[in-house]
Amino acid sequence: MNIDSIKNGIVIDHITAGLGMELYSLLKLDTLDCSVVIGKNVGSRQMGKKDIIKIDADIELDVAILGYVDPNATINIIKNGKIVEKKAVELPKKLVNVISCKNPRCITSCEQELDQVFTLTDKENRVYRCLYCEAKAK
Amino acid sequence: MRSLIDIKELSLEEIDSLVNCALDIIENPAKYSEKCKGKKLATLFFEPSTRTRLSFEAAMYELGGNVLGFSEASSSSSAKGESVADTARMISCYADIIAMRHPKEGAPLVAAMNATIPVVNAGDGGHNHPTQTLADLLTIKRKKGRFDNLTIGLCGDLKFGRTVHSLIGAMSRYKNIKFVLISPVELKIPDYVKTEVLDKNGIEYVETTDLQGAMAELDVLYMTRVQKERFFNEEDYLRLKDSYILDLPKLQNAKSDLSIMHPLPRVNEISVKVDTDPRAHYFEQALNGKYMRMALILMLLGIK
Repeated sequence: MNIDSIKNGIVIDHITAGLGMELYSLLKLDTLDCSVVIGKNVGSRQMGKKDIIKIDADIELDVAILGYVDPNATINIIKNGKIVEKKAVELPKKLVNVISCKNPRCITSCEQELDQVFTLTDKENRVYRCLYCEAKAK
Repeated sequence: MRSLIDIKELSLEEIDSLVNCALDIIENPAKYSEKCKGKKLATLFFEPSTRTRLSFEAAMYELGGNVLGFSEASSSSSAKGESVADTARMISCYADIIAMRHPKEGAPLVAAMNATIPVVNAGDGGHNHPTQTLADLLTIKRKKGRFDNLTIGLCGDLKFGRTVHSLIGAMSRYKNIKFVLISPVELKIPDYVKTEVLDKNGIEYVETTDLQGAMAELDVLYMTRVQKERFFNEEDYLRLKDSYILDLPKLQNAKSDLSIMHPLPRVNEISVKVDTDPRAHYFEQALNGKYMRMALILMLLGIK
């Protein structure tokens, strides 16, 4: 995989192997008109193997989703064929409409127009809880 | 504008202030009898409740205010499909404060996010019931004179009991508290309460199945009901149910100043013979609930 092949865009690198497709779907990359390349199980000195996503456009990425799915991933911003910025992602404090509450007793189970909001309650153990009923995200 | 959805939203100073206000109401009821004159409490009870609703209503009447509302979902617009958010917006036009009970967890929070008046959570499913915890706290204060240096026994259904979880959360913020968690193995306290509340706050606790064995060291005994439907089979229920019924023989080793509490309704988990024991404080606990609701209404309406 050669990131130089992108002129202006984003490379999501160091994705834990196996999580690339989930990210592709949650970030709704299928709705983009530009070229998007997913590399699965790409060799990595640091990680052994990794997934990588290359997006050939300068889009607004939902960093919260990225941080929730894989806080180890990194974002490279490419301008004129060069990496101009490297960003580490971190666990987002809040997730809005990324995951759904599975608690059948939660108000969101019967009022479906409500936003699905989860907050990070235990950073160490990556625990997110529903804002409304405090059920743990599954 | 402030609401109360979860007891954790109140700082220790605010709890002290509410307790002091409630104690002053008890001493000087006449001083408070017109504090809420011209104010209206809307009791939105989407599921039946006797004590909590009547306690809120009595609290508002004793403050000189008025009450409107409904006591079951079938007599509200939710039966026509109105959302909690819309109900809260609409009631904000008619009342000054809302007390809401709802079978769905998080419904009062949704109401608070949309109302333009304060919302008090009067119980949302098995989730939160902060005014019950306020009643428990006032009872502890009046009977023990303190919130620290206490050994508190919690007995019965510790797995599903929301009042137990809230009380643990509230008391874990005070110094030198020890919990004795007494329950059948099937109804032990959930792991998250241990890791996220007890361990996180460095609170000492022991888990046991033996109520009588734990009795001697307790300053407070908080009883809850062991419900038959919580067991996988009737045989286990029949084997265990009597172990968690508090009667006079089980109190033989108890301290003379033990405080026996129960959120009520009691079914059979405390023998009626215990009712006349001076250590039985559960009916007074219900009365304390009214005083704390009065103090809370005043606080949320900004009335001094």
